[in-house]
Amino acid sequence: MALKMVKGSIDRMFDKNLQDLVRGIRNHKEDEAKYISQCIDEIKQELKQDNIAVKANAVCKLTYALALTWAIFLQRVGYLAASQCFHEGTDVIMLTTNQIRKDLSSPSQYDTGVALTGLSCFVTPDLARDLASDIMTLMSHTKPYIRKKAVLIMYKVFLKYPESLRPAFPRLKEKLEDPDPGVQSAAVNVICELARRNPKNYLSLAPLFFKLMTSSTNNWVLIKIIKLFGALTPLEPRLGKKLIEPLTNLIHSTSAMSLLYECVNTVIAVLISLSSGMPNHSASIQLCVQKLRILIEDSDQNLKYLGLLAMSKILKTHPKSVQSHKDLVLQCLDDKDESIRLRALDLLYGMVSKKNLMEIVKKLMTHVDKAEGTTYRDELLTKIIDICSQSNYQHITNFEWYISILVELTRLEGTRHGHLIAAQMLDVAIRVKAIRKFAVSQMSALLDNAHLVASSTQRNGICEVLYAAAWICGEFSEHLQEPHQTLEAMLRPKVTTLPGHIQAVYVQNVVKLYASILQQQEQAAEAEAAQEVTQLMVERLPQFVQSADLEVQERASCILQLVKHVQKLQAKGVPVAEEVSALFAGELNPVAPKAQKKVPVPEGLDLDAWINEPPSDSESEDEKPKAIFHDEEPRHVRRRQPEEDEEELARRREARKQEQANNPFYIKSSPSPQKRYRDAPGVEHIPVVQIDLSVPLKVPGMPMSDQYVKLEEERRHRQRLEKDKKKKRKKEKDRKGKHRRHSSLPTESDEDIAPAQQVDIVTEEMPENALPSDEEDKDPNDPYRALDIDLDKPLADSEKLPVQKHRNTEVSKSPEKDEVPVVEKKSKKPKKKEKKPKEKEKKKERERKKSSRHKKKKHKKEREEKEKKKAKRKQPEREHEQEEPVQNGAAEEEEEETLPPMSSYRLLAENSFIKMTYDIQASLQKDSQVTVSVILENQSGSFLKNMELSVLDSLNAKMARPEGSSVHAGVPVPFQLPPGVSNEAQFVFTVQSIIMAQKLKGTLSFIAKDDDGATHEKLDFRLHFSCSSYLITTPCYSDAFARLLESGDLSMSSIKVDGISMSFQNLLSKICFYHHFSVVERVDSCASMYSRSIQGHHVCLLLKKGESSVSVDGKCSDPTLLSSLLEEMKATLAQC
Amino acid sequence: MQFMLLFSRQGKLRLQKWYVPLSDKEKKKITRELVQTVLARKPKMCSFLEWRDLKIVYKRYASLYFCCAIEDQDNELITLEIIHRYVELLDKYFGSVCELDIIFNFEKAYFILDEFLLGGEVQETSKKNVLKAIEQADLLQENTENIYHSKSIIGYKTAY
Repeated sequence: MALKMVKGSIDRMFDKNLQDLVRGIRNHKEDEAKYISQCIDEIKQELKQDNIAVKANAVCKLTYALALTWAIFLQRVGYLAASQCFHEGTDVIMLTTNQIRKDLSSPSQYDTGVALTGLSCFVTPDLARDLASDIMTLMSHTKPYIRKKAVLIMYKVFLKYPESLRPAFPRLKEKLEDPDPGVQSAAVNVICELARRNPKNYLSLAPLFFKLMTSSTNNWVLIKIIKLFGALTPLEPRLGKKLIEPLTNLIHSTSAMSLLYECVNTVIAVLISLSSGMPNHSASIQLCVQKLRILIEDSDQNLKYLGLLAMSKILKTHPKSVQSHKDLVLQCLDDKDESIRLRALDLLYGMVSKKNLMEIVKKLMTHVDKAEGTTYRDELLTKIIDICSQSNYQHITNFEWYISILVELTRLEGTRHGHLIAAQMLDVAIRVKAIRKFAVSQMSALLDNAHLVASSTQRNGICEVLYAAAWICGEFSEHLQEPHQTLEAMLRPKVTTLPGHIQAVYVQNVVKLYASILQQQEQAAEAEAAQEVTQLMVERLPQFVQSADLEVQERASCILQLVKHVQKLQAKGVPVAEEVSALFAGELNPVAPKAQKKVPVPEGLDLDAWINEPPSDSESEDEKPKAIFHDEEPRHVRRRQPEEDEEELARRREARKQEQANNPFYIKSSPSPQKRYRDAPGVEHIPVVQIDLSVPLKVPGMPMSDQYVKLEEERRHRQRLEKDKKKKRKKEKDRKGKHRRHSSLPTESDEDIAPAQQVDIVTEEMPENALPSDEEDKDPNDPYRALDIDLDKPLADSEKLPVQKHRNTEVSKSPEKDEVPVVEKKSKKPKKKEKKPKEKEKKKERERKKSSRHKKKKHKKEREEKEKKKAKRKQPEREHEQEEPVQNGAAEEEEEETLPPMSSYRLLAENSFIKMTYDIQASLQKDSQVTVSVILENQSGSFLKNMELSVLDSLNAKMARPEGSSVHAGVPVPFQLPPGVSNEAQFVFTVQSIIMAQKLKGTLSFIAKDDDGATHEKLDFRLHFSCSSYLITTPCYSDAFARLLESGDLSMSSIKVDGISMSFQNLLSKICFYHHFSVVERVDSCASMYSRSIQGHHVCLLLKKGESSVSVDGKCSDPTLLSSLLEEMKATLAQC
Repeated sequence: MQFMLLFSRQGKLRLQKWYVPLSDKEKKKITRELVQTVLARKPKMCSFLEWRDLKIVYKRYASLYFCCAIEDQDNELITLEIIHRYVELLDKYFGSVCELDIIFNFEKAYFILDEFLLGGEVQETSKKNVLKAIEQADLLQENTENIYHSKSIIGYKTAY
């Protein structure tokens, strides 16, 4: 192999590249054809090499050479090759322009068609420019076949050469009304594709398309038109109104699901674009939803999926009409198909409201428990969190419930999303002040049971929640019921097994907790207890000091020193609590994740300029200066609870502003209205319900969110009653409009539900003077942008398509292009290379067989049986030969119809004395030699001796004779035959050409001696050398087989035989046996087979069985050999 | 349509047609990725999946997967119909088509596809017309091939 590679690359140095080829062709003006065929042979050799670069080069050359030759079959294959190999960078395309142009104007529509098809795959800007006018002419070709292709290819041309759009457009428009439906649909196709990218330029075509839509019955076309309208309506609402009716009619009438789906989609798009307040409006939405429901209820998974997909589009604008189908969507969660479940989840996201959130999440939670496979479960988990947290927790009425859901989720084993849950816990605890007390109690329980979370799930991310739990307990320690217990929990030795960053948070928050315990105990004047706590800290902290994690170690050492200091002070009786707590005083507000990015860069500040000249780069390679600014991890967003008191808040804000004003480093700006804390409007009048604290809070390991569902229902009921009493009419209606800042509108009844807690969701801080969110601009690389061209403007003179003139006089970009000699039908006779490289593989198998044959065995009477054995022996051998290629031959099991024993020995001649049967064996070692084994059977009572076989040689086939004997001499048979005995003799023949079968005449002469005396006898025969006998069963892997076929230098032929009743299996066995093929692959009643001749011809077959016929397609390196073989096979099959 | 791939249950690529210019490397990568994803899907799953910013529509016929990539706004069902139509065409042309036909006569499979789709768009919605065009082109090819071969044989004989 390595040798081959080296050889390949050396060869390559001598290979011609494309330029050489072109030059060469020009230098051989007089015998161009010969030169090209020579080159093609070279190319063929190159194609066989392993080196990809050589191959690619060869393909380029081949295509070019083929383009120059005249035969259409080459052209068809050539264009196919080109379309598969060429891409925009292939420079050979430049050279082909002229050839393509010639093909385009060919009188044969199939020539033109092939060129157009090929062009569609490799059109470049240059080709598009040069050929645009040619293709435009073809758009008016007399044959619809060409018109259709030309129209379609124009789209590709437009993409590559946008200048051609305006000149070509009028003709394209004409084609919309072409009498041929194929052309018409092609034109619709092209315009639809164009319009989808830049709809505004095509509005003027709307009436025409409208007419087409109402008149066309071709679903393919209808779908395109409807899609086009979908793109147009957002620009022209009046169009939308007109469309609704025909579209709804189609929805009602069509039976084609694809059309129905397209209509529904477009109706949705239309309705989205229309401003609300249309009458009829809800009727069509209702119709769509209804039809979609039918799709979703269908047993076909595809329809289900698409139904859900379309539903989610409706949901965005008309949530109410979808919400009524909640049952259906929830049902889909039980579907077997994961992608359908995920779609349903997406829908649920938009369907939740205050009213049904708890119910939906409850359902999802049961799915979490049931779910198999972590990916889906993780997906469910993220969806639950997404659903609950969407638009600033707007659907959550009871945060206690949410916290308990989060706590329940921590019990998920093997989830990757621990950090998500942790982030939610932090967010809720920080931003919903009212919930802190509850959150802290839950978190301390979690910390207490940290072993449950951490032990089983050490490897996965769920221990992340401990991060949040520790932080919450520390930060809001004033809410802790039993801070001492929590402190103990956080100092357990087990904690050191947690990941470093979590330990770090533990260490930090232990101190916060410690500070608050100190304060409590000092206030209660329990000096001893306080000292005990300090002692605990001093005892336990060293375990963190030893941590391998730097962060943990550093924090722990600092804090240990601090605590030791405190201990000393405590010993002296100095009150320290105040000072220790002061360490953590101060207000931290939530900061929006993008806040840092939005800080405007002040004038004159160049962030890219060096502050100091950079040190030599050898230094500090490993220290990456990232994540100073851009870090969004929650630990950097440490927040302090803002005071509930509005006055206090205002005071502080004022103070901060003052401070900022004095701070020379603070970026000053005018105050922005954005940065106001949004206190829920009219929060005062929302009745605050006492939280029922009878709910057991500390039952870790037990789901408890369910209880909230019931509680919540009761609460709402009570609330409703209260409301009814009051019956005060509020100006709700006015507010409703303003409330629509979120994508999904809360339903009316939704509004009535007041949250259980006074939810003060603290908005995230943004820097003052934040930049407006940057709008995503259109991608400048979008290829369709260039096609944004006004098509209604009249054509200017300058806009004519470049018409190709003779460019000889011009200074052309590529000189070769013009000099390329256009070879007209110059006849040439590409020499067929008969000899393929002879791969001399060693076939031990063969060797062995041969040698066994050389031992001339005595044949007894029961030859018949012997043959049977032989046949049987042959099969397993062959099977052994081919491990990978599938079942080969009769050794197949489950075969009802048993095949009669097969013998490869055929009758040669027979008379009353003797019967001759023969078989021809070929061997890979000798590429022009075969061995003929003749079994001679004495059928008489005489003794046969002096047998001699003489054959009349032909030009092509000669018998090998002992040296020195004359050309016509016979070869003696080296044995004698007593009566009733048979024996086998072997004769060697040399054969020059093996591509055709041939017969040799011969005579066996012998002396028959019996009791009466001896007579001289003769028996004439005809030795038939079939082509099959030159084949050698060679196994072939299916990959190699496919590659061989792809190489493209095999010619093809096929036969068909009718009236076959034999089973396919037996047919295969027969062909394998008699014609020396091996099965490459078999699928049902179709099989591909392979064999190789002694001269290295590859023969590939595709055998296919129909009802009562068999077709054999063959491909072979030599067409003559193939047709001979097929003829022989036909004869074999005819007997089946 | 951006591209169409045909591959076997074993993941062997049988036919590929790209309607967008991509480098070979990229094509290989996409093929590998898609073959893996599609083969990993269970038989009862629906035929669509979202992949990168495209939609993949695939369908299995016997041992062969037909897999198309379409854009976001394209209609999945019509793509399925395109696949089905292509299979019908192959079936008509080859006579109960099977995977081996596509390996053996891969160029024919390409020709049929090219007659049916052009540049990723349906060019002929009538089955009859597609087959007619293919047959005509086949006939033309056969004739010229014969001329070519008879010439080559004459060449061979005179040389001999």
